[in-house]
Amino acid sequence: MAEPPVLIRGARVVDPAAGLDGIRDLRLAEGKVAAVGLGLVEPGDVVFEAAGLVAAPGFCDMHVHFREPGFEYQETVASGAAAAVAGGFTAVACMANTDPVNDNPSITAHIRQLAADAGLARVWPIGATTRGMRGERITEFGCLRRAGAVAVSDDGLPVRDPAVMRRALEYARLFDLPVIEHCETLELTGDGAMREGAVATEAGLPGIPAASEFIAVERNIALAEVTGSRLHIAHLGTARSAAAVRRAKAAGLRVTAEVTPHHLLLNEEAAGGCDTAAKMKPPLASEADRAALVEATADGTVDAIATDHAPHHEDEKKLCFQSAPFGIVGLETAVPLVLDRLVMPGTISLADAVRLLSVGPLRILGRPGGDLKPGSPADITLLDLESSTTVRPESFRSRGRSTPFAGLELRGQVAATWVGGRLVFSR
Amino acid sequence: MRQLLGIRGLSAPEALAILDEAPRYQDVAEQPVPRVPILLGRTVTHLFLEPSTRTHASFQLATRRLSAEPLSFAPGTSSLTKRETFLDTARTLASMAPDIIVVRSRETGAPAVLAREIPDASVVNAGDGMNEHPTQALLDAFTIRERRGRIEGLRVAIVGDLLHSRVFRSNARLLTLLGAEVRCSGPPTLIPPGLERLGVRPFLRPEEALADADAVMVLRIQIERMHGPSIPSEREYYEEFGLTSERLALTRDAIVLHPGPLNRGVEISSAVADGPQSVILDQVRNGVAVRMAVLAEIARSRPRRTGDG
Repeated sequence: MAEPPVLIRGARVVDPAAGLDGIRDLRLAEGKVAAVGLGLVEPGDVVFEAAGLVAAPGFCDMHVHFREPGFEYQETVASGAAAAVAGGFTAVACMANTDPVNDNPSITAHIRQLAADAGLARVWPIGATTRGMRGERITEFGCLRRAGAVAVSDDGLPVRDPAVMRRALEYARLFDLPVIEHCETLELTGDGAMREGAVATEAGLPGIPAASEFIAVERNIALAEVTGSRLHIAHLGTARSAAAVRRAKAAGLRVTAEVTPHHLLLNEEAAGGCDTAAKMKPPLASEADRAALVEATADGTVDAIATDHAPHHEDEKKLCFQSAPFGIVGLETAVPLVLDRLVMPGTISLADAVRLLSVGPLRILGRPGGDLKPGSPADITLLDLESSTTVRPESFRSRGRSTPFAGLELRGQVAATWVGGRLVFSR
Repeated sequence: MRQLLGIRGLSAPEALAILDEAPRYQDVAEQPVPRVPILLGRTVTHLFLEPSTRTHASFQLATRRLSAEPLSFAPGTSSLTKRETFLDTARTLASMAPDIIVVRSRETGAPAVLAREIPDASVVNAGDGMNEHPTQALLDAFTIRERRGRIEGLRVAIVGDLLHSRVFRSNARLLTLLGAEVRCSGPPTLIPPGLERLGVRPFLRPEEALADADAVMVLRIQIERMHGPSIPSEREYYEEFGLTSERLALTRDAIVLHPGPLNRGVEISSAVADGPQSVILDQVRNGVAVRMAVLAEIARSRPRRTGDG
């Protein structure tokens, strides 16, 4: 299906990979970026007036849960993909904890087909690291990769056995696949529901110690060192985890890391009132940890901002704090939060934000894009830095509604999204 | 007072009002027919989602002595065993009798969730998870005041499993709210971080917490609540933390409280539990009167519906 060429006219083009930040036209043709320059309009172009708006290479959320197959009442690939493009993400990588688990190429291919049918965001499945995510036997990384998997991870069921983790890291080298690890020591987490500390003590909730996370981070970095493999640490949640990643990078290890907007913007106090919209793993951290995560994001230790978009049904999140599932949605709030809370105050630059939302995650996943060079995929995120929105969960495209940011007014929002040169969302 | 979700959120005058009212209800127990018509025609639903003998019995007696209709639901006998969510159970009960719901749950915050989901009802917390047990704290404060004449300026020692205890959290809040100094002690595996936020001082050794105390509250060692054993044995717990006559001698002739049920020879010696300083049975007796005062106070804030009673 040939799309007519698109001309995005007069946008402020921010392309950190090319060191570009200036007013340009952007011409998209045959699914690729055709040209970046001035006065590019040609007869037959579909012109999109973008004066006053920011055009960036399409954003990628490398950590989402799309629940299909198996839990379609929480989210489908189609509803998740709609949420992604509305939130400015032209691509997402979805975790393997579906039912059945995405531990074989037919499930991977099925998810890719569902995404193609939806025709919105690019959806890249992440294969399970171990069969059934049971932490015993590694999956067929090669078959999964050929079917379209971009990484392997057991995510919420972290690999407990260090020998299995070592084997996974070693074997992944054959395909240069990143092994993504949700770092948690389940024995230390126990029945914990929020971060251990004074706030949990006061709330009367069982705590999850910070050590549950950073012990696993340090173990896995040690295994990345002995294997020389690529390790990606999911959702950093403690200062000590960030420091370990910083040291690993300085030592030249192939270790990367992501952080979520909620861990950058909220601390454990948000969970103190037993609000299930503040229940997730890793748990919201202490203020000192939160500040350290912001610092790690600003200084380049963090490679990607990812949402860990984890939709649950409203009935599940209405339960008491301890019974309610871990996880909140993030696709439709991440970009406005990053713009309003990190870029506007000057904590990070707009170019940094583009790096963390686009170039960073795409490089980790080994996918093209992340820049606006001619020939790159015509995946574009168009931002409006001036207008404000209020976070209204009831109008989310996602089936999940649980967010601790409901009601917040944020300046800066997504104006439009193109995937492969096709306009898939506009406000 | 429209409901009682916890001591948190309660003001000192509200707490004192209940303590001041309670003697009236103690007198009711002495009458030939121990019943007053204060809650006549009203329904008090008892939703006990966690096994409880004494608190449930105490609330039932309080309900009956106020002439209200008690409606009891316990997991073994209700549809909760059929996977109905507790919210649906509560909604069903509230449709029958949207009045006062007394709730006990393993889960922190269950009473608050009920109050949010069933705004027509008045919710009374009869113990939620590790969080609060406000009527226990009120009856403890009442008992201390009965024996010591006041709360303000007293030194109260609390010894035991501070991590998992809702009795501890509610008592820490109420006693400090009413001006007592609260010192506490327990094994390091059962002391949560950040106790200063509850206004209490933790001590590693029980002897330090007990020194010159006017009242001692012994907490039950709750084996069933522990994620993995936090103490090596009951024998060693008794050696290190059990309230014995020797340890009690460190106090200023303190009265001894225990929320029950007792583990004799674990957290308390029989000599102390049955000794002259023990007020454990007074607590049980006072519990009914204090719960009557709480229910009556809440009923007063609820307009009677036409057709009720």
